[in-house]
Amino acid sequence: MVAYLIRRLLATIGLLFVVSVITFSIFFLVPKWAGATPDSMATRYVGRTATADVVHQTAVRLGFTDPFYVQYADWAKGLVAGRDFDMGTSIEHCPAPCLGYSFITAQPVLPDLLDRFTVTFSLAIGAAVIWVTAGISIGVLSALKRGSLVDRFSMVIALAGVSMPIFWTGLIALSFFSYRWGITAVGGAYTPFTQNPALWAWDLMLPWVTLALLFSAQYARLTRAGMLETMNEDYIRTARAKGLRERTVVTKHGLRGALTPLLTIFGLDFGLLIGGAVLTESAFGLNGLGKYAVDGIRANDLPKILGVTLFAALFVVIANLIVDLLYAVVDPRVRTK
Amino acid sequence: MTLTSEEQQPAPANGGGRFLDVRDLKVHFPTDDGLVKSVDGLSFHVERGRTLGIVGESGSGKSVTSLSVMGLHKRGAAKISGEILVDGQDVVASSDEEVRRMRGKRMAMIFQDPLSAMHPYYTVGDQIIEAYRIHNDVSKKKARTHAIEMLDRVGIPEPDRRVDAYPHQYSGGMRQRAMIAMALSCDPDLLIADEPTTALDVTVQAQILDLIRDLQREFNSAVIIITHDLGVVAELADDILVMYAGRSVEYGTAEQIFNEPEHPYTWGLLGSMPRFDRERSTRLLPIQGSPPSLINVPEGCPFHPRCRFEQNTRGLAKRERPELVDTGRGHFVACHMSQAQRQQIWRDEIKPKL
Amino acid sequence: MTATQTTGEHGPGSNPDGSLLSVSGLVKHFPIRQGLLQRQVAAVQAVDGVNFTVRKGETLSLVGESGCGKSTTGRLLTRLEEPTAGTIMFEGRDITHLRDGQMRPLRRDVQMIFQDPYSSLNPRHTVGKIVGAPFKLQHVEPEGGVKKAVQELLELVGLSPEHYNRYPHEFSGGQRQRIGIARTLALKPKLIVADEPVSALDVSIQAQVVNLLEDLQEELDLTYIFIAHDLSVVRHVSDRVAVMYLGKIVELADRETLYDRPMHPYTVALMSAVPVPDTKRRHERERIRLEGDVPSPINPPPACRFHTRCWKAQDKCRNEEPPLVELLPGHQVACHFPENAPQPTAEASTSAG
Repeated sequence: MVAYLIRRLLATIGLLFVVSVITFSIFFLVPKWAGATPDSMATRYVGRTATADVVHQTAVRLGFTDPFYVQYADWAKGLVAGRDFDMGTSIEHCPAPCLGYSFITAQPVLPDLLDRFTVTFSLAIGAAVIWVTAGISIGVLSALKRGSLVDRFSMVIALAGVSMPIFWTGLIALSFFSYRWGITAVGGAYTPFTQNPALWAWDLMLPWVTLALLFSAQYARLTRAGMLETMNEDYIRTARAKGLRERTVVTKHGLRGALTPLLTIFGLDFGLLIGGAVLTESAFGLNGLGKYAVDGIRANDLPKILGVTLFAALFVVIANLIVDLLYAVVDPRVRTK
Repeated sequence: MTLTSEEQQPAPANGGGRFLDVRDLKVHFPTDDGLVKSVDGLSFHVERGRTLGIVGESGSGKSVTSLSVMGLHKRGAAKISGEILVDGQDVVASSDEEVRRMRGKRMAMIFQDPLSAMHPYYTVGDQIIEAYRIHNDVSKKKARTHAIEMLDRVGIPEPDRRVDAYPHQYSGGMRQRAMIAMALSCDPDLLIADEPTTALDVTVQAQILDLIRDLQREFNSAVIIITHDLGVVAELADDILVMYAGRSVEYGTAEQIFNEPEHPYTWGLLGSMPRFDRERSTRLLPIQGSPPSLINVPEGCPFHPRCRFEQNTRGLAKRERPELVDTGRGHFVACHMSQAQRQQIWRDEIKPKL
Repeated sequence: MTATQTTGEHGPGSNPDGSLLSVSGLVKHFPIRQGLLQRQVAAVQAVDGVNFTVRKGETLSLVGESGCGKSTTGRLLTRLEEPTAGTIMFEGRDITHLRDGQMRPLRRDVQMIFQDPYSSLNPRHTVGKIVGAPFKLQHVEPEGGVKKAVQELLELVGLSPEHYNRYPHEFSGGQRQRIGIARTLALKPKLIVADEPVSALDVSIQAQVVNLLEDLQEELDLTYIFIAHDLSVVRHVSDRVAVMYLGKIVELADRETLYDRPMHPYTVALMSAVPVPDTKRRHERERIRLEGDVPSPINPPPACRFHTRCWKAQDKCRNEEPPLVELLPGHQVACHFPENAPQPTAEASTSAG
């Protein structure tokens, strides 16, 4: 078990290394191949009116004049050991884990990230609760009433749910529920959970439901397929042969088998979502990680981009690890291996 | 048509009440390709303390029959007619809830592959406890004690420890023992074993067959053993029903079926098996062709396209389905040939070559 | 084609003692890896030191329960698995570690029939394509063309030549096994390893396929290694039988000797466990019932592997592994206390007389 965890940890570090190197390369090497010099890259961060001297100073300050690997080593050192930054007027120490300072705002990236993370996490967790509950119940119902009207109707809805893009449903939902009918909070509203949990839920309700619509459709289909397969298993026949009530057969014996594979998919989805629900966040004007990433990319703000990328990758990895550990809890066959 | 009146019922019995009495059972499945007549007019019965062996190849309808007795076919998917009387109560006519209450208590079942037949996520003990508590209103603790007793009874070593193990931690033979413990936990009156040893090794198979025999004596239950292996039936069964294409072609005591079989299909089965207990024959005597599709069961006698003696009936077998007729001593045969002719063929042509 | 010549069709390859294939010290361990560095912590000792020879034209059966290594042995002989140790000699040539390219010509001579006629045929290919595939793979152009050759093969195994353009799903289990056999025969192999070829089939069909295999053997002068768990079928088809238990051969003898006078307690128990279709025997049987299941091949019992289930086991069996020795001519047994054994002092006279 310990060996397993250590192996997973090493794999995670390796993965984060690769992800950061790739992000770094895209940022530096691609412009270089396109003919950009350190100075021409630095112009983006000083404005058009700056003199060549200022531009060059900025390029030096941001490290653009160093070779690629030195820049990467500096950044990596910050992550592990902390790093001092020359802010032009003063030297600031950024303690580990340091994700650097924004090129644009000269603010440290990490506190910003953590701040944005709470928003995205709030969005993801609420939506997940809704889509898991709704998706699984619809899926089970469909499977048990296979071929019935309920089944066909819900599968059509599911197909629609999967097909409709979130920015479209999001805008439609906002315009009706929020602006025309005033049932829900307006776009962009967000109250931290710690301040007022009720308001937190109220503000996020519409994004939750909209996001959940997309996923619950997918989960309903998966649950239905899993359920249909499981209900044909020999052990279900055994459960019935014992004289169990059909309800117990379905909930205790059927669902347990059908839902285990869903765990993997849920881990992936949730991990990805925490990395930034870009479309949902932009549709509802939420200041989450997704929006942060978009802002970073628009402004060519490398530390921001790197920070978000690593954060996202880390969460996908963590979510997968949790799923794998949960598997051992759910399936005793995995445990003994 | 098939037998319905009392006197005509096969009765290789020791008198007494029939615990299970199946009369003219038909199980049809409507599919896109046509109507699958899995069981098509089947009658048999079992008394307490007796064992009936149902023998047939794949697609003969033997497993479908057992699931019908347990009331495990979905009412929408299968069209079932006839009567299945379990201690006088008709499974076919009873409501789902009534049949559910009977399952596990009146009749229980063990299956072919104990690994897939047990839930992989629950311990063996939990699954036995669950079975026991459906029909017995007792505390979990009491049920657990009962589960340990049952495991001990079926020969699982260290039952108080093994009760908390998962099915995959058991060996194949142990799993089947656990399955049996689960089936017997509510002391059922009828035990149906569907190919209970097919997935097991020979030495383990022998243990399980011994176990079933011992338990039957102890619990005085009626037992149905379903198998394709005539050897297994010979070990356990008092009476034997030979099925072909959803029908009974021969039905009698084990002695009658093995020592004086009268149906060409039974001969074929006996001739197909290499005999471990006899001089090695130079050649096996297979049945030609393959079992029929249950959607297009041949007209007349369903066995006639594969029967070596079909010409003896002068075309009758092609036109008319032979009825299952008592030859006297409770030995039923569905064949157009005369009894004298059948006995002569058995004596002169078949028996010497086995 | 050049490589085939080196195997020697008739010449120096054939052994003087008439053996087609000989196996010595054959071992196959499947490693089990664990821990941080994925070090090998244990091994499934599937086959653990097996010796036997197969004579030209005979049927040698490998029989035993699950986990005894009979199927793995078959896969080693056809080189579907790489042996861990030991040597396999085919027609006097060491084929133990031949690489794929070197094996290719040999694949014409050694073929395999599998248990499951459903999964071993590609459902998207016609029967003609399936049976004709070996010609393509080996770049062999049969006389009169592939189609004619395939149709002849189909007839040989009792199918109609018109089945050429049909697909596997149109056939019953028994017919599919015939298709598999036809494919096996395409290149006129010398040795066929048949792994449970009839155990997935219905009883009546089993007999058809067994008869077919026997006819083909006679007609085409084939040598079979027949792998099965069914002792009745094995008795019917074999000339010699090797009984395996947990990766080792415990007894090897002529069919008649083995079935009439089994010496290894395991063989005795195995035979007394076979259910017999005869109600008279029910009352007169004197059964030897083994307890428990076969132990795991990951951690087999030391010394004699059967001692945990053997009613005759003594200290010697727990400490000292019995070698496979010839107690009577042609009858090899690995047991310290064999049944039906000749008196140790009278051994010479028994075997002489």
